[in-house]
Amino acid sequence: MSGVLPVALDQATKLIGVVTHSSKEYVALAQLHAEVPVEKLEEVVREFTGRIYQRPPVRSSVKRVLRIKEVYEIEVLEREGALVLMRVSCQHGTYIRKLIHDMGEVLGVGAHMRELRRTRTGPFREEDSVRMHELSEAVYLYREHGREDRLRSMILPHEYIVSHLPKVLVLDGAASALTYGADLAVPGISVVSGGIKRGDTVAVMTLKGELVALAKALMSTEEVLANDRGIAFKTVRVVMERGVYPKGWKKKSEAQQ
Amino acid sequence: MEEAIRFAAELDRFAGVRREYLVKREGLTDPGYGKPPRTRTLEELIRCGVVNLDKPPGPTSHEVVSWVKDMLGVSKAGHGGTLEPYRGGDTPRCPESCPWL
Repeated sequence: MSGVLPVALDQATKLIGVVTHSSKEYVALAQLHAEVPVEKLEEVVREFTGRIYQRPPVRSSVKRVLRIKEVYEIEVLEREGALVLMRVSCQHGTYIRKLIHDMGEVLGVGAHMRELRRTRTGPFREEDSVRMHELSEAVYLYREHGREDRLRSMILPHEYIVSHLPKVLVLDGAASALTYGADLAVPGISVVSGGIKRGDTVAVMTLKGELVALAKALMSTEEVLANDRGIAFKTVRVVMERGVYPKGWKKKSEAQQ
Repeated sequence: MEEAIRFAAELDRFAGVRREYLVKREGLTDPGYGKPPRTRTLEELIRCGVVNLDKPPGPTSHEVVSWVKDMLGVSKAGHGGTLEPYRGGDTPRCPESCPWL
């Protein structure tokens, strides 16, 4: 199975879980065990779109209990006899091999997956991906000949890992407080993206664009704009190291002196 | 502030989403601290970056990560979602009688 596999380096490693838990898109080749009429196939495709029940396959890395997964779209790209090429976009954790097997059961003829290629995971798409040998060449050019350009174009800043999330830009002082685990209050906010709902995970960034932390929204965009105080975002994961921005706040004991 | 909004919009474009940005409070950032992501050195990028890799079908996701780690000389790396290594169906699988194949 080939396709998009974003690899986070060193300090970015702790962020990659965000991508693991985001939606995926695949192109899969299904082998039906007998030909079926087009209408029948289309009917089953519709049936397997939306919320589906799925028991993970024998060879899987999760507990084999019935789970509900969402399939956003299945598009049949090509058909040739009993071979069906399709594009599937789905929630993370949906097993395509099992999806095809189950579709085969419902079709009544049986089916299995012959090929699978992941074309998108979270914000990372196939058209932007680099191959192993391209990366290896770029590393060689950099290490042996000091040429940075190729490798530089392949290593994206870790902010790209959370590029699909809503964003909140904060003042320097707030950035510092967040690195010590503080939650983000309204006065520290400079800019918010539209459409944030309570409970959404957001990327908190500085006014230079550096990622500070991931946070959970306690206020919607409208509420942030309407309020002058209060905790707007609860810090979930601190990414920036301490000391990058100066402390804009004092301890109680210091303030009293 | 404008610089950060531009970078945020660049990230949105990469992810294929469109977002509007609403200013709550005009803000300035001290150029003496931190640095815009696009001005990081290559060594800095290697320490906190991500490679959008096209995994070949043979190896496991774990093996691929391990190679990338060695290649770039980093001590940690992680991937975004396992892609199983083996090819399905049409790949001949060895019956128990000939495990040496």
